[in-house]
Amino acid sequence: MRLQQIASALLALGVMATATQAWAYRVYVSNEKGNDITVIDSETLEVIDTFKAGQRPRGIGMSKDGKELYVCASDDDIVNVFDPITYKRLHTLPSGPDPELFTLHPSGNPLYIANEDDNIVTVVDVKKRSVLAEVPVGVEPEGMGVSPDGKIVVNTSETTNMAHFINTETFEIETNVLVDQRPRFAQFTDDGKLLYVSSEIGGTVSVIDPAAGEIIKKIEFEVRGIVPEAMQPVGVRVTKDGKKVFVALGPANRVAVVNGETFEVEKYLLVGQRVWQLAFTPDEKLLFTTNGNSNDVSVIDVESLKVIKTIAVGEQPWGVVVAPE
Amino acid sequence: MRVWLLVCFSLLWIGSTPARVNASDKQVISVGVLKVERETPLPISRLDLPPEGLGFQGARLATEENQTTGRFTGQDYQLNEATASPEEALEALDTLIEGGSNLIVTMATGDDLTALSKHVSGRDVLLLNAQAEDDSLRTDVCLPNVLHVAPSRALKADGLTQFLAVKKWRKVFLISGSHDGDKLWADALRRSANKFGLKIVEERTFEDTGGARRSDTGHVQVQKQMPIFTQRAPDYDVLLAADESDVFAAYLPYHTTDPRPVAGSAGLRPIGWHPANEAWGATQFQRRFEKLASRRVRSLDYQVWLAVRTIGEAATRVKSSEATPLKEYILGPDFELGVFKGTKVTFRPWNHQLRQPVLLANDRVIVSVSPQDGFPHRVSLMDTLGFDQQESTCAFNK
Repeated sequence: MRLQQIASALLALGVMATATQAWAYRVYVSNEKGNDITVIDSETLEVIDTFKAGQRPRGIGMSKDGKELYVCASDDDIVNVFDPITYKRLHTLPSGPDPELFTLHPSGNPLYIANEDDNIVTVVDVKKRSVLAEVPVGVEPEGMGVSPDGKIVVNTSETTNMAHFINTETFEIETNVLVDQRPRFAQFTDDGKLLYVSSEIGGTVSVIDPAAGEIIKKIEFEVRGIVPEAMQPVGVRVTKDGKKVFVALGPANRVAVVNGETFEVEKYLLVGQRVWQLAFTPDEKLLFTTNGNSNDVSVIDVESLKVIKTIAVGEQPWGVVVAPE
Repeated sequence: MRVWLLVCFSLLWIGSTPARVNASDKQVISVGVLKVERETPLPISRLDLPPEGLGFQGARLATEENQTTGRFTGQDYQLNEATASPEEALEALDTLIEGGSNLIVTMATGDDLTALSKHVSGRDVLLLNAQAEDDSLRTDVCLPNVLHVAPSRALKADGLTQFLAVKKWRKVFLISGSHDGDKLWADALRRSANKFGLKIVEERTFEDTGGARRSDTGHVQVQKQMPIFTQRAPDYDVLLAADESDVFAAYLPYHTTDPRPVAGSAGLRPIGWHPANEAWGATQFQRRFEKLASRRVRSLDYQVWLAVRTIGEAATRVKSSEATPLKEYILGPDFELGVFKGTKVTFRPWNHQLRQPVLLANDRVIVSVSPQDGFPHRVSLMDTLGFDQQESTCAFNK
């Protein structure tokens, strides 16, 4: 595959006129029921490989250098670390019970893992493979987001319904923000000025001013012909410039495109069924969505805001990450 | 005296307490749970024998969860439990209130609940009904100081018959027991069958003649009795059993004369909760409960849990421990609660019934969850289950 990347790089250099030419990135999709990872080539948009990943793989992420792929194996109570090219399992990380989602410190270490069963966030040193701290949080910790300066990691607790702001040096909770029911995902903007928290059962995304610890806006979703109960926001991704926010709406089978300045919903894109998580390619040309109940991935062209392809993957795709350049 | 000790369930701090609140500043929210015990016959199956702490374990789990949130909001949740005979129920209720609990979750029959409600009428006390399913409490006997967390019989029946309508199993053979609860359950099934276009082609009553519930190799007689009891029925698609008293329904599957599925009190059952449910984050709930109680969760545990969580959610948002503002918030447009059934739950302001999905389950797995697709409603899909506004005379919101 490296050859192919080089080839496409040469091609891109040679054909500078075709500005829409995307790099070939590897896209990794965790299949919750299939117990495996589907690997997709972002240029051909074809599945290139599938490999086993432990029981109930959900949260998925990559080391900064792209040399390690981290996968939460929820039913094995570990985080598996794979070589993203050979798919060889390199080692495992201690994770605490039932790990679901995690986030990496911007420096690449440590890893912050939400442990749903134990009401804690586990902080793991990925180099020493040891637990640095366990932070008690609300009931059913789930979403994890880290501020771009690395000073604050935010955890959402699904039953307590809070975003907990944890100081990454002292591991103390500094602020708690009450949001709507079942908060699942926390995403900072790249400038660190805003934090988006999705509430699956509440049906909203809270826009939080992290400095003030206050909600400045609640984004609501409405699609004609779809019952309000089906609007269940889960995954959230923001473009680097902060101007566009993409929100996966679960059983509404839509991804909402929100204006990052006015917080108005500008468009709803029809994707597969029960859309969970989202991931951009590093050049932000494409956005991949995992569609849990239709066993596929939708590919969104970020500039034109169109779904350009649907790719069949494994059983019940859940998480997605794209390798860095 | 059967008024048992009021157990103050004081929760231990687990781990550090990161909230920056002094203990003296904490707002105390005191929840009482009252079980009014009546003699009930033994169940057919020993698997259904009532476990230790039935219902109360749900309150304990919910209090732990409320307390975890309370660490961050500066609130301290207390739980007081009481069990009483019907004769001593009012006294037990007074004792709970005198002990500081003005928010009381009840495990009581409809009649006992009505007596409790009238006893505290005019006081700043809110009752949350976790057990009584009587339809009359939602339509005619309107108790202003009671919130119904338990689904009504009508709500459960609608959840089931919607599914049968989707399956196009429209011809129903209804067998009801001879006890009062069985008759009320049969009434609810009849109403619901009519509502969703099913036709009851045959009705029979199974008389309970008393006697022991179980005997050694009792199946030998059952295998002869049930086919005889179900023979010569007109052509039907599904047999509905209305047997709240647990006298006969469990014996119907595989013993009917005609090879037909059984639903209602056996086979496919509409229930509030099932220990096999794993969807919508329910696994975590099941594991938390099992860790605490060392057994699987029952519907009554879940309903008491839901009632105590309702109080916790309202107290978190309103930051009050008084019954009146909490009740107003719970019945208002801003209240919502995630309960591991895929959608938020809210209360119907006209009769104080909790809107909730109904699980349809067999013994081992969830078969489906109602409301089903294809039954639209102008306000909420959940209002296709149970009594809609125009069907209730309560009109608390008018």
